[in-house]
Amino acid sequence: MKNIAVLQFPGTNCDLDTKYAFEKLGCNTTVIWHKETKLPENTDLVVVPGGFSYGDYLRSGAIAQFSPIMKAVIEHANHGGQVLGICNGFQILTEVGLLPGALKRNINLHFISKFQTLKVINNSNNFLQKCDNNEILNIPIAHADGNYYIDEESYKELEANEQILVRYCDENGEPVVVNGSVTSIAGVCNSTKNVFGLMPHPERALENILGSEDGIKMLEGLIA
Amino acid sequence: MTAIVNIFLKEGVLDPQGKAIHHALDAMNFEGVNDVRMGKQIILKLTSTNKDDAMKEVSKMAEDILANTVIEDYTIELV
Repeated sequence: MKNIAVLQFPGTNCDLDTKYAFEKLGCNTTVIWHKETKLPENTDLVVVPGGFSYGDYLRSGAIAQFSPIMKAVIEHANHGGQVLGICNGFQILTEVGLLPGALKRNINLHFISKFQTLKVINNSNNFLQKCDNNEILNIPIAHADGNYYIDEESYKELEANEQILVRYCDENGEPVVVNGSVTSIAGVCNSTKNVFGLMPHPERALENILGSEDGIKMLEGLIA
Repeated sequence: MTAIVNIFLKEGVLDPQGKAIHHALDAMNFEGVNDVRMGKQIILKLTSTNKDDAMKEVSKMAEDILANTVIEDYTIELV
């Protein structure tokens, strides 16, 4: 059984949804308060869930990156451990430097909350190994700062290393502008492909009765 | 001593808030505005009385947390 650590900062609000998701997938899941300095032993995956850590003060994720638990998360990642950042978790992972780029205010300045189709760009990683390239997934988004920015040179590296995970697309798979992200990027991974971040919420897409179960095959990849 | 840190998105990084303000100014018939950039200002009251030390310290704060240098530039003024 895989051991999952779900972080909780002041202002995190997707911790219990995320715990529910991994428990549904048969994992041993623990919520870890940000003031802890150690992860539970034998942690297989750290999930930095969504929400509004520290009220998004200064910048989304800017303050949370200095919480005591983050040192342990960086160490876990540097030793090859898996880390997944969802929404605010993605913002925190870019702020702390575990993922490239940054998330800016949405181009239309609105908080966008809706189901969104995503196209799988690279499945050559654990996270998306259960998905096909070009597969279209239906996953909710809910964010104000999801406008992914990366400079041109780093973008070329992302593309060459197959680090682009998913892009926002229409029902035919054509890229669409949702929040202003560079080439409609919705999620990326690091160059060693053990740290993943995305704005959409796979933990909110586990049951068809709630609109989609496409999130299952994303999360399943990390615990396979 | 007081440090005034101004933080703005880098030139070339699209500033959606600045653009929205520009649009509003246009709608209110304020003419003659070419561009609007929006940023933030952080004012720090320092214990230090040495300008060089203060500049060094505040620069580190700006690099480490106050600005995200992937997308933002900053200026520091000591008064």
